[in-house]
Amino acid sequence: MSGKHYLPLTDEDRHKMLATIGADTVEDLFSDIPDAVRLKGELNLPPAMSELEMLRHLDALAAKNKHFLNCVSFMGAGIYDHFIPSVIKHVTSRSEFYTSYTPYQPEVSQGVLQSIFEYQTMICQLTGMDVSNASMYDGGTAVTEGAVMGCGATRRSRVLVSQSVSPYYRAVIKNYFHSRGLTLDEIPLKDGCTDRGKLEEMLDDDVATVVMQQPNFFGMVENMSGIADLVHSHKALLLVSADPISLALLQTPAEYGADIVVGEGQCLGVPASFGGPVLGIMAAREKFVRQMPGRIVGETVDSEGNRGFVLTLQTREQHIRREKAASNICSNEALVALAASVYLATMGPQGMREVAEQCLQKANYAKEKITSLNGYSLAFPGINFKEFAVTVPGDPAVLNRKLLEKNILGGVELGPLYPGFKNTMLFAFTEKRTREEIDTLVGELEGWK
Amino acid sequence: MRKSKALLFEMSRSGRQGYSLPSCDVPVKPLEQIVPHSLQRSSDLDLPELSEVEVIRHYTELSTRNFGVDTGFYPLGSCTMKYNPKVNEEAAMLPGFAYMHPCQPEETAQGALELLYNMEQDLIELTGMDRFTLQPAAGAHGELTGLMLIQAYHRSRGDNKRNKVLIPLSAHGTNPATVSMAGYEVVQIPCDDRGLVDLEALKAVVDETTSALMLTNPSTLGLFEEEIVAIAKAIHEAGGLLYYDGANMNAIMGYTRPGDMGFDVVHLNIHKTFATPHGGGGPGGGPVGVKERLIPFLPVPLVEKNDNQFSFNYDLPDSIGKIHSFYGNFGVVIKAYTYLKMMGAQGLKQASGDAVLNANYLMNLLKKTYYLPYDRYCKHEFVLSARPEKKKGAGAGDIAKALLDRGFHPPTVYFPLIVEEALMIEPTETESKETLDAFAKTMEDIAKDIDRDAEKVAHGPYNTVVGRLDEVRAARNPILRWTKK
Repeated sequence: MSGKHYLPLTDEDRHKMLATIGADTVEDLFSDIPDAVRLKGELNLPPAMSELEMLRHLDALAAKNKHFLNCVSFMGAGIYDHFIPSVIKHVTSRSEFYTSYTPYQPEVSQGVLQSIFEYQTMICQLTGMDVSNASMYDGGTAVTEGAVMGCGATRRSRVLVSQSVSPYYRAVIKNYFHSRGLTLDEIPLKDGCTDRGKLEEMLDDDVATVVMQQPNFFGMVENMSGIADLVHSHKALLLVSADPISLALLQTPAEYGADIVVGEGQCLGVPASFGGPVLGIMAAREKFVRQMPGRIVGETVDSEGNRGFVLTLQTREQHIRREKAASNICSNEALVALAASVYLATMGPQGMREVAEQCLQKANYAKEKITSLNGYSLAFPGINFKEFAVTVPGDPAVLNRKLLEKNILGGVELGPLYPGFKNTMLFAFTEKRTREEIDTLVGELEGWK
Repeated sequence: MRKSKALLFEMSRSGRQGYSLPSCDVPVKPLEQIVPHSLQRSSDLDLPELSEVEVIRHYTELSTRNFGVDTGFYPLGSCTMKYNPKVNEEAAMLPGFAYMHPCQPEETAQGALELLYNMEQDLIELTGMDRFTLQPAAGAHGELTGLMLIQAYHRSRGDNKRNKVLIPLSAHGTNPATVSMAGYEVVQIPCDDRGLVDLEALKAVVDETTSALMLTNPSTLGLFEEEIVAIAKAIHEAGGLLYYDGANMNAIMGYTRPGDMGFDVVHLNIHKTFATPHGGGGPGGGPVGVKERLIPFLPVPLVEKNDNQFSFNYDLPDSIGKIHSFYGNFGVVIKAYTYLKMMGAQGLKQASGDAVLNANYLMNLLKKTYYLPYDRYCKHEFVLSARPEKKKGAGAGDIAKALLDRGFHPPTVYFPLIVEEALMIEPTETESKETLDAFAKTMEDIAKDIDRDAEKVAHGPYNTVVGRLDEVRAARNPILRWTKK
C-alpha cells in the first residue's frame, strides 16, 4: 500500500484498537456519514509513486523551468535575485523550527518566539518604526492590510493609493476594498512618480490613508519631503511600502514621517519560489499597535523571573475577538521571517549597507550604458535605486525571447501592467550581477533590431 | 537548568562580520552624485554584528528551545500536526522551482505550470469540486477568498440583499473574523445537545438575507454533521451558498467529498491535511475549490492546458481579481503535491482511516479518566472537558503545562468555546499505538497528580527551559522589541 512509510499502525494494532473501541471495522467508525453522501468506490487519482519515482518526476518538471541558476536574471518588480548566504537554509532546515506550530505553548516554543522578537526588533531598526508584527503573507497583502488598518485607526473608509505603487499590490487592495465596501482612489503618475499636485487636490478630511511605495514600482526614489505633513494636516495616515534592502541607504520611513510601513521581505535571504512563500513586512508607530493585524511577540518573565517571550496583545486577534478582530490572519509566514532574521543577523549593518550600495552602483552603471544605446531611452528621469524603466525599440516580449536564447531572464514588461507603456520594460540589478553580465545584457540590447 | 538565552543584540560586538560578498566590479561613483544626501538614511542602522559561527550557534540553541513534530507527539486539535515527510522539503528546494521568478515568461515555466495544473486536478477529484485556485496563502486567506467569490456570485445576479453569513458556535475564530473582513454580518447558529448544528435554529434564521453558511465538517468537536443533506437543502432553498472550511478534511479523504455533500465553495489547509510543515506559524496554503457556477469569479490567473502546453489565463472578466501578489505559496504547493502523489487514492483513504481510528482509540482510553461531553464515534479529533479537574484546582491550561513536563505537546486548550475547560485532541494517523498508549498513561498520571496535589500542577511546568510565563504582564506592559539600555 502506498504511503505506508508514513503510517505506523500495523494490521495487528488496528485489530487491537478496534477491540478497545468496541467496533468491528474501521468502516464502522464512519457510520455517521449518511449513505447519500458517501463516496462509492475509490478516488480516481493517478497511481501512487514511490520516493524515487516521485523525485524523478519532480526533477523532470523542474528541468522544464528556467531559473536564477541556469539564467542571469534582470527581473525585479518586487521579487529579486539577491545573494542568499548558506547559513539561512541550514537554520530554517532545523526541524524543531519548521515542524512546530504557532507558538501557543510558550514554554516549549521559546526558539520560535525569541526569533520573532528579534525579527520584530530588526524590522524596527530597518524602518525606524516602533513596533513590527510577526509577518503577513506577502508584500501585496501587507500593504492591503495596512490600508485597512489605517481605516480602522482613523475611522474613515477612503484610501488614496499612488499609481507608482506596484500594480500587483494594487490589484490585491482593490479586491479586498471592493469586498469590504471601502473606497479606493488612485493618485496619478507624473514622470514616473506620485503626482504631488494631484495628491493635494484629492486629499480631504475623509481620507484614511495615503499609500506610497519607496523606491516606487519603477525603481525611483520619490521625494517624500513634506508629504507626511500634508497627509497629517488632514488627520490621515501615511503608509509606505518600502524595499527593506534600500533602507540600509535611503531615508527611513520614520525619518520622513510615515505612520505605517509595509514591504516585501523576499529580498532578505528568501528564495523567489515563483512568488511564494515570500514575506509580508508590517511595522508602525507605537500608537497604532492595537489596530495592527497578525501575531505580535512580547517579552515577559517566567515564574522565577527569567526573561521569556510570548504571543501578546492577542485581544486584537481572531481567536479571541472573533468578528471584531483587526484581521482574520492566523497562519502567517513565520519560517520566512526566520530566514529574514538570519539574513539580517548575518549581514549586519555593514553587509546590508554594502548590498544596498552595490545595487545602487550597478543599477546606475547599467542605466547609463543602456540609455546611451540607440533606440533605448529612460522612461522617466530621476533617481533610481536598483531598477529602472526603459523604453525599448520594439516589442519587449520579442526582446525577452531573444535574451532567453543567451540564458538571460530579461526585464519585466510594463505594457500589461500600465496601459500606454507598450514598449517599456523594467530591469533590476542586484549585488549579484557582475559587470560582465551587465555588459553582456547591454551588448544583446545593442544588437537587437 | 533554567536560563534565558542572550539576544542577538546582546551578543553583538562592533567590528564582527558574518557575511562575505564580492567587491563591486563596476566603476563606483560618489554616492551623493546618485542620491542626494537629503534622501539618504541619517540614523545609524543598529543591526547586530556577529560572525557566522555565532549566528549558527545562536539559532541552533534557539532550535533546542523549541518543540516540533519531529521532537514528539503534538496532538494539537484542529491543527493536524502530522509528520512532515522529508522528501517534500527536498522537492521545494529544487533549484528549478525555488529560484523561479514570478514574472518570467510562461514558456520558461512549463514545469511549474504543469505542477500547478496537476495539483488542481487532484484536488478536484479529492473534493468533488469543479475548479480550484491555489492562490490563497493560508486557511484564513482561503476563507476570505471563498466569501469574496460568494459575494461576487450574488452581486452578479443583482441579489444585493444578502448581507449575512451563518456560522455555528463551534467554528474556528477565523470564520467570524473573515466574515467581517468581507463586509458581512455574522449570525451565530447554536449547537444541539449532540454537539451538531441545531437544524431547527438554522432553519429559523435562513432567509433572503443569507449569503452563506460556513461549516466545518467534521466540526471542531470532531463530529460529523449527520444532517448535512438537510442543512444543504435549507441553505440552497433560501438562495444561499454552502461554504466548507477544510480544516478538518483529514478525517474524510476517500470516504466522502465536500462537493458530494452539497458544498459550493471549499478551502483546504494544505499545511494540515497534506503534511506540509507549519513552520512555527507559517507558511501555509489555502486552495479554494468551487462548483461550476462560481468558476467565472475565481481569482486570476487560472492555469490552463492546451495540447500539452500550459498557460496562465487572465481572461476572466467576472473574476474577483487577485488575492496575492503572485500565485500564492508555490513552494508549499510543491510539498503538498509531493505528498498527494506519493499517497495516492488508497494511501489517502488509509491516512483518514488511521487518523479516525487513532482518535477513537485514544478517546476510549481517556474517557475512563476524563469527562467526555459527546460520547460517540468521533472523526479525527475529540474534545474532553477538564471541568471536574478545574474544580479540584487544576484546569485545562494546567494539564497542558503538566504535559510539557512529560515530553508531550499539549492538545488545543480552551477551544472550542462551547466546551468548558476544553482539551481538543487530534492524534493524526502518523502516530503509533505505543505513542497513544504512552500519552494516555501520562494523562492518567496527571489526573492522579491533580487528585494528590492540584496546587502543584497549577504552577507547572517544572522541567521546561523557562517556567510558566506571565502572559498578563506581557500584555499590560508590552515590550515588543529590544532597545539599547
